[in-house]
Amino acid sequence: MGDWKTVAVPVLSSDSKNIFQYTSEKKISPPNMNAQVLRLPLPSSKSMHSFFSAFCTEENIEQSISYLNRELTTLGFPSIYAESKGKELNLISIINCMNELLVLQHKNLRAQEEVEMQHLKLGSDMDHLQNCYAKLKEQLELSKREIVGLQERDRQLQSKNRNLHQLLKNEKDEVQKLQNIISSRATQYNHDMKRKEREYNKLKERLHQLVMNKKDKKIAMEVLNYVGRADGKRGAWRTDKTEARNEEQMYKVLLNDYEQRQKQLLLENAELKKVLQQMKKEIISLLPPQKQKPKERCEDGPVLSDLEEDIGEFNKENMWELSCETVREQLTNSIRKQWRMLKNHVEKLDNQVSRVHSGALNDKDVISREDHELETEKLELEIQQCKEMIKTQQQLLQQQLMSPCDDDTTLLLQDCYLLEERERLQEEWRLFQEQKKNFEKERRSFTEAAIRLGLERKAFEEDRGAWLKQQFLSMSTDYKHSENVTTPSAFIGSKYLVQIILLQYAFSSFYL
Amino acid sequence: MDFSELFKLSGLLGRFSPDGKCLASCVQYRLIIRDVNTLQILQLYTCLDQIQYIEWSSDSLFILCAMYKRGIVQVWSLEQPDWHCKIDEGSAGLVASCWSPDGRHILNTTEFHLRITVWSLCTKSVSYIKYPKACQQGIAFTKDGRYMAVAERRDCKDFVSLFVCSNWQLLRHFDTETQDLFGIEWAPNGCILAVWDTCLEYKILLYSLDGRLLSTYQAYEWSLGIKSIAWSPSSQFLAIGSYDEKIVYKEVEKSPSVETERFSFPPTRALASSVFSTQSKYDISQVPVSFQYIKPVADRANPKMGIGMLAFSPDNCFLATRNDNIPNAVWIWDIQKLKLFVVLEQLCAIQSFQWDPRQPRLAVCTGNSKVYLWSPAGCVSVQVPTEGDFQIVSLCWHPSGDSMALLSKDNFCVCYLEREEVK
Repeated sequence: MGDWKTVAVPVLSSDSKNIFQYTSEKKISPPNMNAQVLRLPLPSSKSMHSFFSAFCTEENIEQSISYLNRELTTLGFPSIYAESKGKELNLISIINCMNELLVLQHKNLRAQEEVEMQHLKLGSDMDHLQNCYAKLKEQLELSKREIVGLQERDRQLQSKNRNLHQLLKNEKDEVQKLQNIISSRATQYNHDMKRKEREYNKLKERLHQLVMNKKDKKIAMEVLNYVGRADGKRGAWRTDKTEARNEEQMYKVLLNDYEQRQKQLLLENAELKKVLQQMKKEIISLLPPQKQKPKERCEDGPVLSDLEEDIGEFNKENMWELSCETVREQLTNSIRKQWRMLKNHVEKLDNQVSRVHSGALNDKDVISREDHELETEKLELEIQQCKEMIKTQQQLLQQQLMSPCDDDTTLLLQDCYLLEERERLQEEWRLFQEQKKNFEKERRSFTEAAIRLGLERKAFEEDRGAWLKQQFLSMSTDYKHSENVTTPSAFIGSKYLVQIILLQYAFSSFYL
Repeated sequence: MDFSELFKLSGLLGRFSPDGKCLASCVQYRLIIRDVNTLQILQLYTCLDQIQYIEWSSDSLFILCAMYKRGIVQVWSLEQPDWHCKIDEGSAGLVASCWSPDGRHILNTTEFHLRITVWSLCTKSVSYIKYPKACQQGIAFTKDGRYMAVAERRDCKDFVSLFVCSNWQLLRHFDTETQDLFGIEWAPNGCILAVWDTCLEYKILLYSLDGRLLSTYQAYEWSLGIKSIAWSPSSQFLAIGSYDEKIVYKEVEKSPSVETERFSFPPTRALASSVFSTQSKYDISQVPVSFQYIKPVADRANPKMGIGMLAFSPDNCFLATRNDNIPNAVWIWDIQKLKLFVVLEQLCAIQSFQWDPRQPRLAVCTGNSKVYLWSPAGCVSVQVPTEGDFQIVSLCWHPSGDSMALLSKDNFCVCYLEREEVK
């Protein structure tokens, strides 16, 4: 049993090698990229002998049979021996076991396929999610960088703003300082000026004394003869009386001036009052007569009556004499009130005018609606008339058709009518037939094309599958060396491609 | 427009007499009186020294000639040519001299503004006014000649003294709230005195005839202040020209916070302007117009900026101004509408302008031999027909507005205008 034992272990490994060899030779069975799943493919007829010779040879038939029996019994199958200790084989049980094993094998294969399918799906989902994750990570990176950039800019602008504020403050401080300097200098200069002026005054005094003391005879006036005064009067002594008179004169002058001005102002006032009165009269005349509706305008009513009374009063009395405060106030107040009334009135008129304009439009609508209704009525009438006409015409036509005229003529007539139609119909039928033929042709060509396309696709996908398998193997080793940074797109792309192809294969297998 | 021939002149001393009959002119130490219409020499006087200043008395009977170097004032009579009068200030010196409104007193300001001496031609009396202020416009007479205001300074404070001109009695004496008074001017109605401060302070005070402070106006602090002022003929408004190229047009009655109109000089905009071209005519140029703007030297005192000249037209309709930053242009403002009316832009800097005393007609001279006249109807430039160089630096109107004297450094000529308006 030695070499049997030793065979047991390498059997699996050799089997596994064989498995891979077989899978590479397989063309019909679907490719399996999942290296972790060991499969026992159906052996082909070519290598059947080699397969069997590995396990059971002519020397160890009984051992192999007993081994098989043991395996089967452990698996729950009935024994293949006819009797429990005999060496005869129960063919029926063997066949049953074989059948059971085959069924089991089929089930396992299916289960395996399903699992693989799910695995693929999950793998693709995961890839997809990984891709999304990578993209989102990239976006996040970008936005983070953007934020950092914006923050930086914001910081710069804020610092610039602070600098400008600081500059402004500095300038203001400087201005304040300069103003202070100016004022201090001004006071200093004033002080110095005063000092110098005092000194100068002292000098002047000194000089004056000297000049006066000199008693210069030169300082004199030489005149041939004195001239009379301009106004012909004589000179007068300086007395208090003259002083008083001077004062009096001065005040007289001032009073004269004030009186002049007052006269002017009075005249102006009178003029303005006249103008105001006139304005008042005109305003009243402009306002509409509101006496008939005292209730609506209760505010204005009594005022108006008051005003009218006032007017009467004013007209009665002599206006020029009344210049006291109350009268003046009354006049100005009345003018103001009237002006307000006039303004309101004008505004109302404006509103009315605008309403009239919009009202005009409404009327137009109304009119148009009415017009519209009239027109619809007219149209309805017309329709009715037309309908009646049609009816009569139809009747006439029918009569004509049904009228007992010559058979020939009727037949002819009928024929005429029918012939036309028949010809038309034939024409249409012909056209229809042609179109039908065309459609058939096209459909056939399309189906042929579809079949060709399907075949081509199948072949192409097989090729692609093989190539991708290789790619995948290479890529799977590469992936562990973390090369996806350098060629992420290629990796993703190829992954996508592989997925697409696998999906297509699955679908086509379903179809086929 | 007729032009007379050129006559010699010195010191820009050419004056019409107040009654409009004579024209006085000086040549070195000679005083020549001419008839206005014929320009014939009526009188010829010889003074002791080079004449620096002449002034007619208000009744056109006397004329004074001041010689500052010698400190002498000589007075001549037109009625009596051999009448003479000489006032010698001696060692006191003389810096200014003027007539009193009655035409019989002469006010001399001695050197260093030590005092003002009032010499009388009628009596032997002499009056002194002490501590006069050394400023541009220290003495002001009312239009009717009744009162005189004198600016004084004692103990580093400014005062104003009001005198009655008839007897030189002190009427009022009050102090002003100015740092350093720069000038005083009476309103045409003689009841309000405008007092304004030095250009370091923008402040103008209005005092009544009896010495009460009526109002103060201070536009702002620290910037250079008032450069020139002008009263409107109605005494209702006051135009204040400042160094910041703005005019404040203020109504006298109202308080300062209300009713002040500011005219500013937009250097690149003008409503309508006339530009003088080489062919000696005016062109109307379209807005916007840009003017030659001079930026003054920053580190010098008394910079050439701001409103240096202000004048109201006699009918109270227009105000003519000159911005020293834009010395080539005269800005004429319509006072009734408070808007810029016209800008006259010349090729050279404007030397002086003066309104016709009777009508709204402005005569402008720019230092060349042309005289420019503007009226609301239009403007014209006239070349003075002379042989040699005649650079008109100053001009003055005849009191009737029919003629004007054009003065240059060495010569003068008289220009006669037709009665109707020049187109």
